[in-house]
Amino acid sequence: MRPHQRPATTPRRGAADDLVGRLREHGTEDHQAVRELHGLLLRGARFEVGRRAATLGHVRSEELDDLALQAADDAFVAVLEKLDDFRGESRFSTWAYKFALLEAGVRLRRRAWQHREVVVDAERWSRFSSSAEPVGRQLDRRELLDAISDLVASELTPRQRAVLVALAIDGVPIDVLAERLATTRGALYKTLHDARRKLRSALAAAGYDLESTLS
Amino acid sequence: MTHDRHPSPVDALLGPSEAEATCDECFARLDVYAEREAASGDAASTMPRLAAHLRGCPACAEDLESLVALLVADARARRA
Repeated sequence: MRPHQRPATTPRRGAADDLVGRLREHGTEDHQAVRELHGLLLRGARFEVGRRAATLGHVRSEELDDLALQAADDAFVAVLEKLDDFRGESRFSTWAYKFALLEAGVRLRRRAWQHREVVVDAERWSRFSSSAEPVGRQLDRRELLDAISDLVASELTPRQRAVLVALAIDGVPIDVLAERLATTRGALYKTLHDARRKLRSALAAAGYDLESTLS
Repeated sequence: MTHDRHPSPVDALLGPSEAEATCDECFARLDVYAEREAASGDAASTMPRLAAHLRGCPACAEDLESLVALLVADARARRA
């Protein structure tokens, strides 16, 4: 393990770390281990649903319970598939929780946006202006936004432009956009990353000192 | 935690300048990052590529925030 990977604290071990041993040895044949794992994941999913229920507006508690249960069920399958990836650098409960939170988070975001139109249009960029930068920001940042506006039109592909606007300006959650475009979160983030890299490169070539302007 | 889930338009458009992890790489190590963040509040110093990605990806930043909140809630429940 390289120094920069050394954990700041040693995770305290508990019953959940014995759980991973039992699951690795007996898989779903250990019914007690299965119940414990599902219980852990359901706690995580319910926690996330409880935290963000207000963002969904008026949703019946039965629907929220169902959403949490579906998230826990899908997380259960994912955890068992990826069990060999757990390396003990964190508590098993923390490692497993992230699967439940991911599943619950995706469901919550999609539920929040299910009746909202998502416009993915490369030409919408022309309506964006420097007035979007918060009042009180340095003039440099507003001028930078104007420069970015020109470069978005000239440097990016239509796909990059549309994805950049949807994610970075319209605030469409990436998994909502992935579902609408029948792609994956990772593929969309790569498109976003490539677009950002092109913009930074073009700005640097045009003489903009991003480090001082954005600090 | 310093991950801003509501960056300015310029920051949202340009993203992080540093080398960053992918969403998959971030998820693979999110548990380690979250425990360090919950313990010291400074996971970024030991996991800079993940920290950069979390500055550029609101969804992953939201996942981290949720995981840290759950760890804090669990710790409180154990102390109670």
